Order: sequence, then structure tokens, then C-alpha cells
Amino acid sequence: MAKTTFRKSSVGKKVLMALTGFFLMFFLLQHLTINMLSVISPDMFNDVSHFMGTNPIVQIALQPVLMFAVIFHFIMGIVLDLQNRKARPVGYANNNAGANTSWMSRNMIISGLVILAFLVLHFIDFWIPEMNVKYIQGDMSGLLEPGVADSGYRYFEELQHKFVSPIRVGAYVIAFVLLALHLQHGFASAFQSVGARTNNNKTALQKFGNIFAFAVPLGFIAIALFHHFTYSH
Amino acid sequence: MSVLDSKVPKGDLKTKWTNYKDHVNLVNPANKRKIDVIVVGTGLAGGSASATLAEQGYNVKAFCYQDSPRRAHSIAAQGGINAAKNYQGDGDSTYRLFYDTVKGGDYRSREANVYRLAEVSANIIDQCVAQGVPFARDYGGLLDNRSFGGVLVSRTFYAKGQTGQQLLLGAYSAMNRQIARGKIEMFNRHEMLDVVKVDGKARGIIARNLITGEIERHSAHAVVIASGGYGNVYFLSTNAMGSNATAAWKVHKKGAFFANPCYTQIHPTCIPRSGDYQSKLTLMSESLRNDGRIWVPKSLDDVKAIREGRKKPTDLSEEERDYYLERRYPAFGNLVPRDVASRAAKERCDAGYGVNATGEAVYLDFKSAIIRYGKEQAKIKGEDNANDARIYDLGKDVVEAKYGNLFQMYEKIVDENPYKTPMMIYPAVHYTMGGIWVDYNLMTTIPGCYAIGEANFSDHGANRLGASALMQGLADGYFVLPYTIGDYLSNDIRTGKIPTDTPEFAAAEKEVTDRINAFINNNGNHSVDYYHKKLGNIMWEKCGMSRNEKGLKEAISEIKTLREDFYKNVNVPGEANELNKELEKAGRVADFLELGELFAKDALTRTESCGGHFREESVELDGEQKGEALRDDKNFTFVSAWEYKGEPSDAILHKEELEFNDIELKQRSYK
Amino acid sequence: MNLTLKIWRQKNASDKGKMVTYPVTDISEHMSFLEMLDVLNEQLIEKGEEPVAFDHDCREGICGMCSLYINGEAHGPDRKVTTCQLHMRMFNDGETITIEPFRAKAFPVVKDLTIDRSSFDRIQHAGGYISVNTSGNTQDANALPIPKKNADLAMDAATCIGCGACVASCKNSSAMLFVSAKVSQYALLPQGQVEATDRVLNMVNQMDLEGFGNCTNTGACEVECPKGISLENIARMNREYLKATIKG
Repeated sequence: MAKTTFRKSSVGKKVLMALTGFFLMFFLLQHLTINMLSVISPDMFNDVSHFMGTNPIVQIALQPVLMFAVIFHFIMGIVLDLQNRKARPVGYANNNAGANTSWMSRNMIISGLVILAFLVLHFIDFWIPEMNVKYIQGDMSGLLEPGVADSGYRYFEELQHKFVSPIRVGAYVIAFVLLALHLQHGFASAFQSVGARTNNNKTALQKFGNIFAFAVPLGFIAIALFHHFTYSH
Repeated sequence: MSVLDSKVPKGDLKTKWTNYKDHVNLVNPANKRKIDVIVVGTGLAGGSASATLAEQGYNVKAFCYQDSPRRAHSIAAQGGINAAKNYQGDGDSTYRLFYDTVKGGDYRSREANVYRLAEVSANIIDQCVAQGVPFARDYGGLLDNRSFGGVLVSRTFYAKGQTGQQLLLGAYSAMNRQIARGKIEMFNRHEMLDVVKVDGKARGIIARNLITGEIERHSAHAVVIASGGYGNVYFLSTNAMGSNATAAWKVHKKGAFFANPCYTQIHPTCIPRSGDYQSKLTLMSESLRNDGRIWVPKSLDDVKAIREGRKKPTDLSEEERDYYLERRYPAFGNLVPRDVASRAAKERCDAGYGVNATGEAVYLDFKSAIIRYGKEQAKIKGEDNANDARIYDLGKDVVEAKYGNLFQMYEKIVDENPYKTPMMIYPAVHYTMGGIWVDYNLMTTIPGCYAIGEANFSDHGANRLGASALMQGLADGYFVLPYTIGDYLSNDIRTGKIPTDTPEFAAAEKEVTDRINAFINNNGNHSVDYYHKKLGNIMWEKCGMSRNEKGLKEAISEIKTLREDFYKNVNVPGEANELNKELEKAGRVADFLELGELFAKDALTRTESCGGHFREESVELDGEQKGEALRDDKNFTFVSAWEYKGEPSDAILHKEELEFNDIELKQRSYK
Repeated sequence: MNLTLKIWRQKNASDKGKMVTYPVTDISEHMSFLEMLDVLNEQLIEKGEEPVAFDHDCREGICGMCSLYINGEAHGPDRKVTTCQLHMRMFNDGETITIEPFRAKAFPVVKDLTIDRSSFDRIQHAGGYISVNTSGNTQDANALPIPKKNADLAMDAATCIGCGACVASCKNSSAMLFVSAKVSQYALLPQGQVEATDRVLNMVNQMDLEGFGNCTNTGACEVECPKGISLENIARMNREYLKATIKG
């Protein structure tokens, strides 16, 4: 019998989706924590941002891992969805999916693709300019005015600047709502995929997942709105 | 001397099987590879036989009409499986299981076969546990047992209310192992439509591929019929819709004697019919009678009021109820054997006391049990002042833990809450003790043709005890047939593959094709079900729970007339070369229309009452047992084996005298 | 009751098939859904039309043969029932009911509402058994005590009737619930341990080869399963699979 490898098996694929999902959820928490600092203390935010942006371990070791996880999660998600569609060539004339599943669980691909679109915007907003400043222009100082030592770090200033446009803020809010929906299913689902969900812990897991799915995107939204309404020049 | 030779080995009852095994001819492993065996049916008997024969090295071809062997109707058995393990230390033994089975069968089974059955029963449990069958266990992790009707020990092993399912899935898993090894070739959605005899021996079958309609020839050195019982001759029964007697009937027509067709078990606790559209009946486990009390109203006025909806059963006081089993059988009460309970329900309903619209239902009431358990629980929990509502709730929890799934099933079907209002039950056809006559080797009167499980007749006599059908099916398939068939096949090691391009196969195939074409081209004006329902009605009314000479004679002539009309006027739509359920049904009903007549003829011949066969002419006339069944051991201690001679009315009766050397024949008394 | 039925009609596997509308009259609310279809078929035969082919056998919810997708749900709107246990009282007079076969690439339609579920059998051939011969000489059934809890969990998993409602309900046509029920039954019993590694790898492998989709944990299978097989079994199978992969 032809043996498939772990990576290619249906169980293996979902475990990999779950593992990358766990990593991304952890990343979200970390990202949210740093963003929180921008509300509490611009200075602290600047310091941490500079550390993250210039520390070689973060930049050279962790950043590629994150990239890989993001890309893997997306590509695998899309591949799985395409395969799953092929598993039912003739669809139902009448399908009452709402009777047995949540919208969130059925539409991970939609919430996922919206998040992907958001990530593109997010990269254009922050990551590409960062890469440009640091690695193309070669300015690793993180200063507002390159060469002016007391001009202060640029990170907070740039952050606030990005949230001036109500359209962008609106896009962010929508994306985070979809992220919330994605996490509402994804959190407990990841535990199920790695075999950690049981009938004993499933209620607690789902409750905790709901809190996570609600609180993390809400935090991001609140921060975006905070900067939108507090920015004054 | 009868033409029937039971081939029971000589010697002491207790050592017959061991001696037999010690001296039986064996086939060496290399030769087994050269031998093919066909098994028709994949229930407990067929599934276990296929798996075991394949394990031993034979090439097995297994056939079932369902889309998978796992769906055979053994799956529906609820209660349990008996085995003389004596794990409870309550005095059980092989002999006691043997004794209970013979007595329960009203002394109409073959002693040696039953003793062998009891002997191998313990092996079945070991085998099934090793296969991963999840039997119920106690808190110590050991196997649990429950008690079943008509016996004094706890020897029934069970898996919730789904014992048949778990045992069948066990046999199915054993088959899967052999299918994966290529030792079983599985033919799903195939129906055997005839047996092929070459030089007097069974050498193959003609089967129809139910998807394509193709007629196929399959050859083998032996053919095993494991196709179950013929309860569907009544149209309404607890059998599956597809359960049929075609395989058994075809071998009968080719020379296998058919034994005791009139022995039918009518199970007392089934959900009543709700209307004419009813397609089948659903059994509720016999275990319910451990706690339920059966009653009907004392007055016909109350019956009328209940039928019209003016009164509810719960409105009737204790004085207004007739707990007729407790009244008639004070010693056993609601726990009398199945045949007795069924007849008593019929007697009340015939007298006009039936409690639903069809007049065919009695109450099974759990109120007393709920209150009894509730008081017990209140005591255990130290709630001395518990009020009635609290006691009810506590008791309900106990009943729910014991029978929850059955109560839920009842509620789904009837739409009434059985915790609040008594259940309605009525007897239904459940199992057929009669079947193809087999000798000690389980071989029919056609050499090389075997019959196992419900399809044969041997072990249950005139009445089967609860939890014994599963035992017999698996005993035959796992532990008996694999030995006995080797004795026959040891003569076939030089035969070589049986060719299918012979005149015998061609003739059988032509017969089958002609029959199918006749149905398709008939263009009559009644559906198959129309005839099946009519037949069922005749059988139920005249060959049902109680029978008399007049009714049986009417049944014989009515069935004959119906059969003639069927062949003239049946309408089978569609084509022969496609999936055609109506065509499948037509063939099965055609066989039932013959079997039903032989059934009535057998019942007419047996003028005694025994087990499931109750003749109104043969009852105790006075004394304590007045009105109860009267067996006639002087004239009827024999097996009726019928030889086919064309029309059922021409069938010839052969008698196999039954000898009871180890058991004294007694009347079954439950008073 | 009078009803309008929209039923999938397909002559054979190669036919394209379509939904056809039939009125059906004089339906009692006490009928089971299949008895209602019996009435329709009798009416069709009387009119000289071909009856609707649908699978059914035991009609008491245990054989797993019935496979109808009714009003957008496997086995219809009721819970923990098979189609044969679904009763017409769940529907309203005058209602339109759509009836389709279970759909999945691995469950091709044979005719009308009849499907081919042999993919399930092939998954079982790949490892759904314990390799023990029928010698009659296995060890005594009580030689190996099994904790009641595990025996009960194994029983719960083993109640699967193999109907395929899980696959039909799953938006991905995944067979994980079915496969995990068998894997779990044996994983929970000591008798199943010897072959545990090969079993889970082989059964999952066969499941993938049959063309079932991937599980995304939507949970539809558990809701629609007539026997209430728990999602916990899928988690257990995932664990078993991981364990087996690590062990190699």
C-alpha cells in the first residue's frame, strides 16, 4: 500500500495548521502587548520597537520563522480548502449548514483571506517602509531625523501618523472583526487538531477561546481608534 | 427407519463433541488453498463462518444483499448473549445452559446439538473479547452479566442495548482482516437466487448483482446458507425490510428438507402498529418486563373512553386495572416466557380490551417501579421526608439509567413520554425457530450444502430463550461449522476448481433468468407489497399466536389462491438489468407465498401445542393449568422435515424422532 | 398531511440526474419518513412510473443503510435519529421537502437516492480489526480486567453504524468521525494496543486515498451523527496518529 507521509496525510496537515496557528496566536499576543505600550507610554513603546527592529535574533532568527508560519498557514489553508471542495463534486440543492455548524467554523477561508488582504496592507504600511529604512537606506538608528541624536525614536510618531486616515482605520477595524471570527473557531480547533481537546475540557477551551477571540482583536481595534482620535498636529 | 440421519455421534452426551473433533477428518493446510466455499449471508453466523473458514485457509466467497456485511440484521439484536461462564458463581454450568435451552424450547430440539452449543458458548465470549468487542463491565473491570427471562442464573453478556451490533461488528472485523488478506472475496449487493447441484452435490450458486442486474455463476466445493429466518412471511415483523427466505427456500426446492416451519417466536414487547401504512415493527428489549407491569382496563367502558381520548391511562385507579399476567400466573407474573406473555396479550385484545385505536395494544407501566426505586433511593440518600414528587424523580433516574435508550426510542416513535404515561406494547413476529433441516454436521439433505444460524432449525426447538440466538449464530460460525465442514471437504482435495461452464450451471441460470423476465414482462396491476401485505394478513390472522384447524385450512387455500393471483397480476416496474428494488421484492415474496403455505400445512399437521406453536384444540381442560398449552409428547416428539415435491401441498413429511436421554420431559408451568 | 417532495432522480451512476417534484397525499404524522416514501412509491407504481430507489433495511435505526439528506440535513431535522426513525410529525402540512442522497466524491450515487459507501469498507479492511484467530483457545475473557471507564468509552465509539451522515454533513466531506470511532474503540482497549501504530497509520492512509476531504473541526458530524459519536474520538485519533508517527 502506498504510504503517505505525515506532512501529506490529512491528519498531518491539520496538525501543522494547528501548530502554525498556535504560533500565530502567540505572536498576536506578543504584538498586542507591544502595541499596548503605545497607549501607556510612547517612550517605552519606542524602546521596545527599536529593540525588536534591530535585535539580530529577532530580525534574523525569529522574523523568518514568523514569515514562514504566516505563509505556511495561508498556503496550507488555501490548499486544504481547494482539496475539500473537490471532495464533493456535486453539491446539495438544499443545504442547511446553519443547523449544525457556526458561520465561523464554515468560513475560515473567508475570514482568513480577509486577514491575508489586511496583512498586505499592513506590510505596505509598516513592514516595507521599515525594511526600506533599515536595510536599503541602511539607517539602523531608529531616529526621527537620521543623524540627529536627540530627535528621538521615530516609531511612535510613525504609528500615530498611520492612524490619521479614517479609511485605513476602518479597514483595520474590519480586518480585526474578521480576525475575531477566525479565532473564535481557530482557537479551540487548534487544540482539537493536536488531540488536546477532550469532553472534559472542551467547554472551558471554547470559553477561553471566545475570550481570546474577543479580547485580542478588540485590543488592536481600541489601540487603532485611540491613536486615530488622539493624534494632533 | 427414516431417510433422515442426524449423524449424532454415539457415546455420552458430554463427550460427544470432543470425541467427534478427535476423530473428524481434517484437510491439510496446503489442500485448503485448493478448496472454495461459498457463504450466503454475513450476519453473526455467516460472518463468523466466513472469517473462520478463511483463517483456516479456504477460499471464501461471501455474499450479502446489503451494501456491506456490517448491515446484516443480527445488528438489531438488543439484549445479550448467553454463555455458561459462571462468572457470577450462581451455579451456572454447561449442563444447566443445555437444560434451560432444551426446556425453553419445549423439548423439541435435538439434545446433542444443544449440548454442543452450551459447550462452546464460553469460547464465544473469550473470542469476542479478544476481538475487541466492548462488553459491559463492572467497576472491577470484569465482565458484567444480566439475567434473562425463563432462567434462574445470570449468564447473559451484553453491550448496552446493542449486543447484536457489537458482536456483528466483531465478526465483520474478523472478515475485514481476511478480506484484506484476499482470503475472503466479498460480494456486496448480491442476492443468491439459486443453488447449483452437480452430481447431487451443492457446487455453486446463481447470484444477481443488485446494482447491474447481471446474473452471475459462482462455483465452490461447498455452499453455506446463513441467510437468517423467514419472519417476513408475516410482512410485519421485527426483521429488516430485506430479510428474506429466498436462499433457504431455493435450497429447499433443490432437495434440502425444511424443518418445523410452524415454529415462530412472537415477541411480547414490541411497539404496536399505528396504521395500515406500517412497514415494520420495532422490538423493545425483553428486559423491560423486569420492571414494567402489564395491564389493560377492567371495564370495557374505560377501554372505550381511553380509545376516544376521554380518559388517560393514568386516570384509572389500581382497582380499575387488570394486571392480567399477575392474575393468571402468580408465580412468574410479568416474567413468564415470551410465548405465554404474547398469547395472554392477544387474549385480552381479542376480548376487546386493547387500548389504542387499532385495538391491539396493552399497557406496560413503570409507575410502580419508579416509586419502588424512588423510595429505595430516598432511603439510601437519607431523605426520610421526601415527598412524592421527589421520590418520583429519584426513581425516574434509576429507570432512566437502566432503560434510557429504550424509553427514548419509544418516545421518538410514538411521541409519548413513557415516564409519564404507560408504554403501549403488542406482540410481534420476531424469530423463526424452524428452518432448513440439518444433521449434527450442520449439513442439509443436499450433500455439501450447509445451513447455520437462524436459517437452520436445530437448537431452539419450538421456542427460543432470550439471548440464545446470538449464541447459536456465533457458535455455528466460529466453532462448529469450521470443524464439521472439513470432514466433508477432505474428500474434495483432488476435485480441483469447479467449472461454471457446465450444463448444470447453465440450466440453473436459465431458470433464474426466466423467472426474472416473467416478473418484468408481467405488467399486472398490483404492486409486490400489495401481495406481501395480504399474505402477512393471512399468516397473522390464521397462523399467528394461536392456530386452529379451521383457520389453518383456510390459510392453506387462501395462500394458494393469492399465489396464483400474484403470478398473474403482479406489477414489477423497471428493468432487469438495473438496480430494481421491486424486482428484488417480487422474487422474495414469491418464495414467501410458497413457504407460507408449507408453514400452515406444518402447523395443521402438528395438532399439539408446543412452544411458539399454540393449537387451540390442544389445551389443558381442567386443573390448575386449565386453558394452558398442552404438549403431546407421545405423538409429536419429532422434527417435521418437509421434502419439496412441486406445490407446497404435495410436500412429503419426514420425521426425525427426538430422543431425550439426559433430560426428563416435563410440562412448563408458570402458575 | 399533503406534501410536495423534491427528490433527486438519477437513473444510474453515469446519468447526470436532476431534482424532480412530486406531490404526495394522505400522509399520517405518525408515519416514519421512509413509510412516507413507501406511500409515494406505491402511488408512482400505480401511475406506471418508476419508484424512487433508496436504501433502507432494519428500519429501527441500527443498520446504517438509510442515507437521505432531508431539507439540508443528514437524516433530516431531528437529532440522534436515522432517516427511518424520523417521523412525519417533524414536518408541517403543505411543506416542501427536499430529499437528496448523501453527497461526497467517495460516496458516488448508484441510483436516485442510493449511494455506494464501499469506501468505508475499504477503510475497515485497512486496519479495522484485531488480528486474532478463531481457535477457541484465546485467553479467558476475564483474564484481563479493563477499567469500566475505558470499556464504556470504547463502547460509545463502537456504536457507530457506518451510515456516513458525518461525511454527508461535513462541508469538507471528511470521514474523520467514522475512522476515529473505530481507531478509538481499539485504542481504548488493551487488545487493540499491539497493532495500534499500524492501524491508525493505515486507516488514515486509506481514508485519504478514498478522496474524503480534510477535517476542519466544524463539528457538523457530531451534531448530525445518529449515534452521538463524540468529536473527542477525532482528537484521540489525532493523538494516536501523532504517537504512531513519532514511533515510526
